[in-house]
Parts: sequence; structure tokens; C-alpha cells
Amino acid sequence: MKKIIFLFLFLILPNKVLALIEVDITRGNLNPLPIAVSPLSIDEQSKKSFDKLLKIKNIGSEISKVVENNLKTSGLFNPLNKDAFLQAPDIANLKPRFEDWSLIKAQALITGKVTIVEEKLRVEFRLWDVLAGKEMMALAFTTVPNNWRRVGHIITDKVYERLTGEKGYFDTRIIYVAEEGPKTRRIKKLAIMDQDGENNKFLTLGNELVLTPRFNPTSQMVTYLSYFRNLPRVYLLDIETGMQEVVGDFPGMTFAPRFSPDGKKIIMSFAKDGNSDIYTMDLENRIVEKITNHPSIDTSPSYSPDGKYICFNSDRSGYQQIYIMRSDGSKVKRISYGKGLYGTPVWSPRGDLIAFTKLHKGKFYIGVMRTDGSGERLLTENFYQEAPSWSPNGRVLIFYRETETDAKGKGFSAKLWSIDLTGYNERLVITPTDASDPSWSSLLSN
Amino acid sequence: MKLNKILKNAFLVMVACLALSACATKKSTGQMQGDVYTGTDTVEYLASGVPDRVFFATNESVLTTASRDTLRKQAAWLRKNSKVTIVLEGHADERGTREYNLALGERRANAAKDYLMTYGISSDRISVLSYGKERPVDSGSNPLAWSKNRRSVTVKAN
Repeated sequence: MKKIIFLFLFLILPNKVLALIEVDITRGNLNPLPIAVSPLSIDEQSKKSFDKLLKIKNIGSEISKVVENNLKTSGLFNPLNKDAFLQAPDIANLKPRFEDWSLIKAQALITGKVTIVEEKLRVEFRLWDVLAGKEMMALAFTTVPNNWRRVGHIITDKVYERLTGEKGYFDTRIIYVAEEGPKTRRIKKLAIMDQDGENNKFLTLGNELVLTPRFNPTSQMVTYLSYFRNLPRVYLLDIETGMQEVVGDFPGMTFAPRFSPDGKKIIMSFAKDGNSDIYTMDLENRIVEKITNHPSIDTSPSYSPDGKYICFNSDRSGYQQIYIMRSDGSKVKRISYGKGLYGTPVWSPRGDLIAFTKLHKGKFYIGVMRTDGSGERLLTENFYQEAPSWSPNGRVLIFYRETETDAKGKGFSAKLWSIDLTGYNERLVITPTDASDPSWSSLLSN
Repeated sequence: MKLNKILKNAFLVMVACLALSACATKKSTGQMQGDVYTGTDTVEYLASGVPDRVFFATNESVLTTASRDTLRKQAAWLRKNSKVTIVLEGHADERGTREYNLALGERRANAAKDYLMTYGISSDRISVLSYGKERPVDSGSNPLAWSKNRRSVTVKAN
């Protein structure tokens, strides 16, 4: 009897001590992990220097606010109220008193320190498992002071990765179309912002209509549709230099552009004589290839992450449906068979799912299905919404939603929304103007 | 005799009722046939008696009888004014995805172009421009507004 009890304890105790906290991301955000984000500690000298450089009183607590906000919007974490923190930031970073942190129900704790080193921002941070009483991670970065928000995003990415086992998506940007003016004469500009809605910047002036910007997954290039000189054509834009150029020399409308996963090709539709087919253009040698050849509308192409397949939208069956084919255009196969119309297929960066827009009985849905069309799941229903774009880790979708106008045609708006792959955590993404056509960048720090 | 009169009156009342109800139904669908717009609220004229636009059913690019009639008038006018070049602007309603609507607008404008060409208008004089759902004429979110927005508009280019 004694022996049995001894064995039992032996098995349980080490387990309990060794079991570091983990966040389950396969379910929704029903039990977000309670986490304490202690303000990053900062000495008086560094504080004064950063105040002078950046006009920010306490850069340490500002960075921790970025982290806290990221964790909260992910839906997987519940950052605790700082008023309840018992330990001072500088002491907590040296050696947290775990009893104090478990008293306020924190399961994880982030501490850190900011200093100025030769006019540069040096940040170190630590992630602690409060229950196990252990340090899980410690890292330090040095960067130019203006990058302080990015430091917050990188810290969040590291914490997210350590606790969920998957890459984060916080040090990323979103390119979108900023909209203003009446519905019948919308003015549209390309705009870019950080993933958390900060650092908004317009990239075009609004002189011509612009639509559907998409990031190159490997660089700071964007492809989009512009009505420059009333000729709707696919363009390339270098965000760093502002250089723009038209893609290819097509005698008609080119639209619906996207990059290949290696960033070397653009895939798009070319419409002529009432027929739209899918083409690719190699950005290096400018060779154009025709991928589909069918009298129906073929559009909204998107590559699988390995580049071997393409999903696209076609009405060859009579109505808009989703198809896949090999990247050379062979083996075309319809995969959407549910009720309603399907559009805007986008292949997940993990490769296993395709996100789409569905129109059924006057309602619009954002959903996901497996790449063979099975396992369809609708994540959200609304009057009008479309154009999902994946976060680089394939966990979150961002899309846009338009409101129904009243009897007088008033009350129109377009906004960005995000939703977790699980269908939980639907959120409005706040932008300075109305917004549509979002596209998520890859991780900048990779 | 009296009964006859009563019946006659009742009959008249019934006829009146029918006429009224017929009127009522006609009024509610008066600007649409199926879901194709047949009204004239948004229509402009290239010349007297020459409407500038044709309308389409949801997801369709087939020309209706009325659309063909309008395009024949446009063709006749274009033949008389042989220096005029035109842009056919194709549009879709807001109830579709943006990219598909761009293709659909292009398809609609080309349906109009093909018809004009069969009536002797050279393709050199016609260019096509799709706006998809980007330029509605009616900002309403109802079937009548959408029917006005599903259109191909012939615009003088010179």
C-alpha cells in the first residue's frame, strides 16, 4: 500500500512541477490565460533621454502597453490590471516574488528593463511561469529609439510563440484601401498601418481609384489595381521607395493580383472581350504565362504556400464557385459544393485551409474549408463582408464589412474586422477613415 | 330585377377592386421586370430619344429586349455621327465580391459592345471600362437600387 502511494506521488509531483504553462489555441478564447505585464523598468537617466528623443514620458510603460494590448486582442490572454501588482518593476525583473503574482491569479508574468546605450534603445525582457516559479525565456534587443513600438510587437511575438507553440503575428503591417466620400463617388487611397492600427500612413493621394492591395510575402513590395488614366491595370509599389510601375503590357483590364509565395511572380486576371482568365508574370524576366483558358470568368487566384497549386474563383458551372488546379493550370477541380455562391478563395499560410466569402440567401459569410472542399465552417454572417486575408501564422483573418444603407441611401460605412480561425474573438480594427481590402504582411522581423 | 341590379353593382365594385389591385401591384414592380430595371430615373440621353444605358438581371450579362432596342437606337445615332467614339462603362451591384464584379462589369459592357458591332459600329470606336461595384448611381441597399446599378452606360469619349 505504501509503495503504491509513493509511486503515485512520484508520478504526479514531478509532472506538476515540470508542466510549464501552455495556451490551447485550438479552441476559442473561452479561458484566456491570465498574464501580468509588469511595466518595463527604467532608470531616471534613460527615462530623461528617451523623453527628450521621443517626447514620451516613460518609454518602459509605453512598450509594456503595446505588449498588453497585443496579448489582449489575440483573445488568448487576459492581461491583469496593473493596479493590483504588488512588486515594483525593477525588483520583479530581478527575481519575482511568485506568491505575490499568483495571489492576483497571474499564471505568467512578463518583466523587463529599458536602458539607453549610445543613443540606442536597449530592451531586455523575461517571461516567467508563476505557478512553476521558473523563468521561461529571457531576451534582449537593441534598436533605434523610433522603433520602440516594434520592440513591443517583437516581445509579444516571442511570448506568444513560447506559450502557444506557434509563431506570432504582431510585428506585422496591414495594407488596405482608405475610403472617404459618398458611396456613389468614393475616394480611395492606399494606406498602411501596424497590425495594431498604429502608424497609419497614406501611400497614394486619391487622384485615381485604387483597389485590392496585396503584400509580397518576402519583401516590402505591394501589388494592387489602379485606375490611373482610366485604365484599370495591376501595379507594383515599393513601399520603401514609393516607386510604382505597371505590371505587364496587356491590351485590357488586369486585376485581382497576388504574389506567389516566393514573391517572384504575380498571378492575376486579365479581362478581354468579356472573358477573364488567369495569368502569371515573372517579375524577373517579365515572361507572361496564361494559366486558365475558359470562356467563363476566372479570377481571385491564390497560390498554396508551397507554390504547387492555385485556388481561384470561376463561374464556369454557371455561378461563382471555388476551384483548385496545379500551378501550370492542369487538373482543374471544383471544391465548393455547398449552397450559395463562393468567392475570394485565399490559401492559408499553413496550407491546410482555404478561406472564402460566401453569399447565401442575401447574407454574406466569411468561412474556411479544407483544400478538398470538405469541412466547411462559416465563421461570421453579415449584410456584406468579403475579402479575408490571413495573418502570417494562419490563426486570424482580417476582412472588410460594409453596412446596409437606409431608405434614403444614407448610413454607408466600410470597416476592417478580424476574427480568429475558431470563429471567436471578432473585433473591429479601428482605422482613421473607412477602410476595405486589407492584406496582412509577413513577420517583419523574420 | 332588384337582385339583378344588386348583382350588377357588385360586379362593378369587383371590377373596380381588381383594377385598383392591378394598379397597386403594377406600381410596386413598375420599375422592374423580373429584377431588371425598366424605369428611367437614372437614364440620360446621348441625343433626343437615344437612352445612354441598358440594365441587367442579377449575375447576368444577357441583353433584354428593351436593352437591344436601346442599343439599336445608339447604333443608329452612332452611324449618323461617325466621328463619335464611345466608352462602354460596365457596372455591377454591391451584392458581390469586388473582383468578380470587376469581371462581370467587363462582361456586361462587352455584351453591349458586341451588339453595337452587329449593327455596324466598328470596334475601333468602342472602348470598354469596367467599374465593378465601385460607382453605383443609387446608394440604396434595396433591390430597386441594385437594379439601377447593374448597367452598361455608353459615354461619349470625344
